[in-house]
Amino acid sequence: SLAEVFLPEEPGAAAPVGFLQQLPSYQSALRRRNASGGGTQGYSAERRGAEARRLEQEGGELVARPAREHPLSIAEKRRDLQQADTKYLSGWEQWKRTSNKSLKKVLNEVKELSSYLELWRHDIHSIEGKFGTGIQSYFSFLRFLVLLNFVMFILMFSFVTFPSIISKYGIFNSTFSKIPAQNTEPHCTVYTPSGNKGLVYFYTYLKDLLSGTGFLEVTSLFYGYYTIHTAWFSILSYNLPLAYLLATFFYLALSFFWIIKRSVEGFKQNLVHDEDQFQSYCNKVFAGWDFCITDPNAARLKHRSLQYELQTDLEEERLKRKIADRTVKEKLRIYSLRIFINIIVIAVLSGCFYSIYRATVFSQENSSDISNMNFQANLLVQYLPSIVITLANFIAPQIFSFLIGFEDYSPAFEIRLTLMRCVFVRLANIGVLLFSLWSQISYCATDECKACGYNYKLYPCWETEVGQEMYKLTIFDFIIILAVTLFVDFPRKLLVTHWSFKPVQWCGLQEFRISDNVLEIIYGQTICWIGTFFSPLLPAIATIKYFIIFYIKKISLIHTCKPSARPIRASSSNFFFLLVLLIGLVLAFIPLGISIAHIPSSKACGPFRSFNTSWEVVPYTILGFPTGLQQVLYGIASEAFAVPFFVVICLIMFYFMALAGAHKRVVEQLREQLVLESRDKLFLIRKITEAQRH
Amino acid sequence: AAEAAMGGSASVLPREALDEYQELTFLSKQEILLAYKRFSELLPKEERENACSTRVPKSRILTLPELRANPFQHRICHVFSTSDDGDDSMSFEDFLDMLSAFSDSATSDIKSHYAFRIFDFDDDGTLDRKDLEKLVNCLTGQGEESRLSSTEMEQLIQNILEESDIDKDGTINISEFQHVVSRSPDF
Repeated sequence: SLAEVFLPEEPGAAAPVGFLQQLPSYQSALRRRNASGGGTQGYSAERRGAEARRLEQEGGELVARPAREHPLSIAEKRRDLQQADTKYLSGWEQWKRTSNKSLKKVLNEVKELSSYLELWRHDIHSIEGKFGTGIQSYFSFLRFLVLLNFVMFILMFSFVTFPSIISKYGIFNSTFSKIPAQNTEPHCTVYTPSGNKGLVYFYTYLKDLLSGTGFLEVTSLFYGYYTIHTAWFSILSYNLPLAYLLATFFYLALSFFWIIKRSVEGFKQNLVHDEDQFQSYCNKVFAGWDFCITDPNAARLKHRSLQYELQTDLEEERLKRKIADRTVKEKLRIYSLRIFINIIVIAVLSGCFYSIYRATVFSQENSSDISNMNFQANLLVQYLPSIVITLANFIAPQIFSFLIGFEDYSPAFEIRLTLMRCVFVRLANIGVLLFSLWSQISYCATDECKACGYNYKLYPCWETEVGQEMYKLTIFDFIIILAVTLFVDFPRKLLVTHWSFKPVQWCGLQEFRISDNVLEIIYGQTICWIGTFFSPLLPAIATIKYFIIFYIKKISLIHTCKPSARPIRASSSNFFFLLVLLIGLVLAFIPLGISIAHIPSSKACGPFRSFNTSWEVVPYTILGFPTGLQQVLYGIASEAFAVPFFVVICLIMFYFMALAGAHKRVVEQLREQLVLESRDKLFLIRKITEAQRH
Repeated sequence: AAEAAMGGSASVLPREALDEYQELTFLSKQEILLAYKRFSELLPKEERENACSTRVPKSRILTLPELRANPFQHRICHVFSTSDDGDDSMSFEDFLDMLSAFSDSATSDIKSHYAFRIFDFDDDGTLDRKDLEKLVNCLTGQGEESRLSSTEMEQLIQNILEESDIDKDGTINISEFQHVVSRSPDF
């Protein structure tokens, strides 16, 4: 029977003499073992060099690998190189070789020079050494956001703000023209921003700085400043509304593709990784040690965390087996408990959303009523939505991590689910804020209001209002991060170091929670993406904000934090950050899309005064193109083109999916074949030795 | 300041040697000069002149902060040392080899090759159960309370072999190791 044929597996047992020793694979292993008989390395240099060279000659088309890619010591590589040099080469090949070498040298020099330009290279390196690659990935992410915001700022400034400013002041012999609005009621076009005139109290300036009103409202920070339609530089005409819209689309597209490019690596690995659950143990053991750690304290913590992780994983596996053995009654109980807790979660979320809605409505209604309020109360009312959002962002995750304990999931899934819920809360809060703003803006009771399309009395320039709201959110976010570091982290460190009261010591230093910090900055970045359309200079503020936050977080990390006991793997965190950032970007498309294409642009200010909606400038410009081009563009936008295009893309996608499935099947089959081959080999050898004995 | 110091030591490391090392390793010029500086600091003052040809005993190498906290310190010294006496002392070229294998620009082929040798505690060319057990103990730390219990160790080693031992012979050879590591996102 088959049982007799398949031998019991003996791991590397004493090789049956004779035939096994004559197998080619055994001989090569023996060669390696023999070389270690001298007491030094187990791998003979010459054997390896010879093998490598033989491989290269066998596969005639194999390109000679550069010397440094051979796993030999420097002395051996030098010998190889000299031997290769003495081989006879034709003149053409020699020239090719030397030009390759010099090209590589030049490229290396350029790479070295450009690494000097990298921002904070040394800081991030030292953080990596002290705290490991998980935390380092947070700081690299922060650096990426600083760069992204800076590029966005350069974009908006050079295409929108700069032409506006120089044509307004007539530099370079430029002039501008404003097309008067046609077909609009005159009452829609009244807009008198109150740039501060005359003597005002000092604190009015402070209030204006913090809430974007007053003197800030009329600067190029906000949408309302850009009233020009065309700017003329000698003979060139520059269509400002079109440039404004296209710059917006361009920065969104740029962010999109840049994030995707950065996440492609992690994407591939995560797709492969998720499918094959079996890799996790090998990954943890073989790639577990973080070779960047130089501090013995950090090393001790790493040991502990590795031990914790391995034990948790083994525990989880035992738990999985237990789950599989659950009875039907237990399953019912757990599922109904989970449904109940999800209902609670939804209730918490609705509570957050409703409070944000009410706060926004209240703030909008009462902030225009400046007369009977003093400075602080007015500021408080202005910032009410930001305060409520920040509170919600703080409280909801605590509730979620408390509730998840009851749902009896495996630990890894628990972490992921809580994280997903927190992400959703943070991003949805912004959406609710914007929605409540819009419901205020487009609330129309009278006919006059309907003629304008928006509430012209309260919001003659509603884009500036939205921009101010985004500006306030950004400033408040920054203030909160600063305040938490100054007034929570440092006092906590002082308390723990100097007061040996038991509960205080049990609380201990805080850990640097990577996921919370990352969600914080992604929240800020989503606000920036949405707000840049309404406030073109917002990316500059965001750049400065993230720049300062880098140093704040670095100082807080070094001085007040203890390393986290639960490790976060660098690879999965990189991909996770970029994925959530991408979700934030996609969510930012929605409000922008609605306000550009659906809500009527304000008729009293801004570059889109003479159009119904902001999007209309594009069809208007296309109408000015030559007829042939118009036909082509209409053709592309029509169904006759879109439907076949969509079908072709679907076909290509299905093809690649089928290809990937086929490859996976082939890999499985080859694996099975390998197992069978090795069994066959052992069986044959047994048979031969038996036959030899008789 | 570091550049000024390196400028001083650059006069001691000849330029052709620098170019040669750049070609034979994955290190950049700055990194090689920095390595030279660190290496000569390990030597007593009299021997610093010909740092290129002296060997540093293992005990001094292990005082480097990067290796001090590393649980694989002894294996690393053993694998990269080309000393004929078996005392695991390292010359400057061994030192460069080690840095090159650990640098960011090294290919994953090189890294997995050296990692295999580092993890192969008994130098027999395969990772068997004993090697894996020693490996896990190194990872979880020295000391009795930081080791896994024997049942946990058994379960863990069983899982590892299940994942990576393709030909089911109970050991992991270098091709299996390279295969499993190539799919390891954290390596």
